[in-house]
Amino acid sequence: MDNQTKLCLQKTACKVRIGIIEGVHAAKSGHPGGSLSVADILTYLYFKEMNIDPENPKDPARDRFVLSKGHAAPALYATLAQRGFFSPDELLGLRHIGSILQGHPDMKHIPGVDMSTGSLGQGISAAVGMALSAKHFGDNFRVYAVLGDGELEEGQVWEAAMFAANKKLSNLTAFVDFNGLQIDGTIEEVNSARPIDKKFEAFGWETIVIDGHDFEQIESALEKAKKSDKPVAIIANTVKGKGVSFMENAVGWHGKAPGDEQYEQAMAELNAQLARF
Amino acid sequence: MADIKTVATRAGYGEALVELGSIRDDFLVMDADLAAATQTGKFKAAFPDRFYNCGIAEQNMMSIAAGIAATGRRVIVSSFAMFASGRAFEQIRNSICYPNLPVIIGATHGGISVGEDGATHQCNEDIALMRTLPNMTVINPADAVEAKKAVFAALDHDGPVYMRFGRYAVPVIFDDSYEFRIGKANMLRDGRDITLIANGLMVDEALKAHDILKAEGINARVINMATVKPLDDAAVLAAARDTGAIVTAEEHSVIGGLGSAVSELVCENCPVPVVKVGVYDRFGYSGPAAGLLDEFGLRAQNIAEKAKAAIALKK
Repeated sequence: MDNQTKLCLQKTACKVRIGIIEGVHAAKSGHPGGSLSVADILTYLYFKEMNIDPENPKDPARDRFVLSKGHAAPALYATLAQRGFFSPDELLGLRHIGSILQGHPDMKHIPGVDMSTGSLGQGISAAVGMALSAKHFGDNFRVYAVLGDGELEEGQVWEAAMFAANKKLSNLTAFVDFNGLQIDGTIEEVNSARPIDKKFEAFGWETIVIDGHDFEQIESALEKAKKSDKPVAIIANTVKGKGVSFMENAVGWHGKAPGDEQYEQAMAELNAQLARF
Repeated sequence: MADIKTVATRAGYGEALVELGSIRDDFLVMDADLAAATQTGKFKAAFPDRFYNCGIAEQNMMSIAAGIAATGRRVIVSSFAMFASGRAFEQIRNSICYPNLPVIIGATHGGISVGEDGATHQCNEDIALMRTLPNMTVINPADAVEAKKAVFAALDHDGPVYMRFGRYAVPVIFDDSYEFRIGKANMLRDGRDITLIANGLMVDEALKAHDILKAEGINARVINMATVKPLDDAAVLAAARDTGAIVTAEEHSVIGGLGSAVSELVCENCPVPVVKVGVYDRFGYSGPAAGLLDEFGLRAQNIAEKAKAAIALKK
């Protein structure tokens, strides 16, 4: 990856993070921690990887994305807004009555959202269904999904994993946002899915472990995934709350909106980061 | 006595899948390791490359079906009514109904007539569960002919459909000239004293109840209400107005099913007595289907008795 591309992606991811904070602050609720941790992955997918067109969001040939950890909706919305699927002004309507931006992704009303999600464990199965449909009907699109590490506690994830490997769905790539925290505490305190990579391997997936904030590693993992004859799980080590100092690795920011003062601080930090690129 | 042809509605379902498969290749069929029992095995045998087995994972199957439908493709998924509507309820709600995706759920082995497998497999709650879901269409056909025609209609319907089929062989009521339409009731007998509204295997019992009542000088209207949702409001309200009392008959809990749907509509729009025949808030148990239908009061005689009770309630 050349420096120009990398810088451009970093800058975009920073704008996505700003969109997350703006949206969650305006909503006075929502999930900033797990949104900030996936901002780089979503940025790469929507700006570099996926075959998508904001002017034609329902193009049957497009690549599909499923945010299985649907509570990271602010990240998906901020990314879609940056990519031009709708105006960034919409982000300020997040979770408000009358807004298209529902608390969790809604494929019926939000341009660019390929699957309605929010109930954990279901999105990955839907992504498997999309990948199966593509394989069966000879469509060439690829399917991407993002799972949470806490979400792996849902049994349905492993039903989906077993099926995807059995049906050799090599057109499916799932990221695990491995930030180590869930609502009630660290994943170890709650019910850890570790070792995540070994579990996916045992279910017949190819696994790749990366730093989920490093665009070069995201890129090389996705390139490798495209060559695999199996479904691929990219275990992305991430920092929950990444980019906002007081939210980083802090479990309390899983599902809480910043107050006005915290909002100002978060925006100041992110704008300072943006100015550096 | 002439031989009455009896066929399970699940057989009509299996036949429909094979016939549809031979005229169109734009849909997939999935099952959760019950293909022989649900009859999707017939489709699998005819079109093995269009059939996918999900294994014993109904929740995954429902969300996978949603994903397939989200790509613009059609899919029919099958399991027993208990596991389809019960175990995978939330997947049906959130993955299928919320985004209004056109997934067809072919749920077999509904009701008490599952028989020997007993309470864990006798689902008397599926219609109630499915009926509460926005966007969902719920169909409970009376015989194998209607079952078959309903599958054809469902595949052309733009939204989720839950179809309940039975394991037990029941009399064939309709012939091939019968026209099924989603949401459209059909009057099988006209009458002015009482209306019997039934679906599933209770339609045949309602027809027999009609004859019992007729012998006693009571003229009963008999309506087959295969589609519980959307309910044919006009047919129900006309029945309420014309006959002044209604008996509902279903092989399902009296909580939340056809009887509830009819009561909800009638009490808000044209209050008349509605008396229910169904399973009264209890679990089933093992035994042959015919014996269980007797035990649980799901027979023509029970309908006839409730009809007289309903008539007595008329003002």
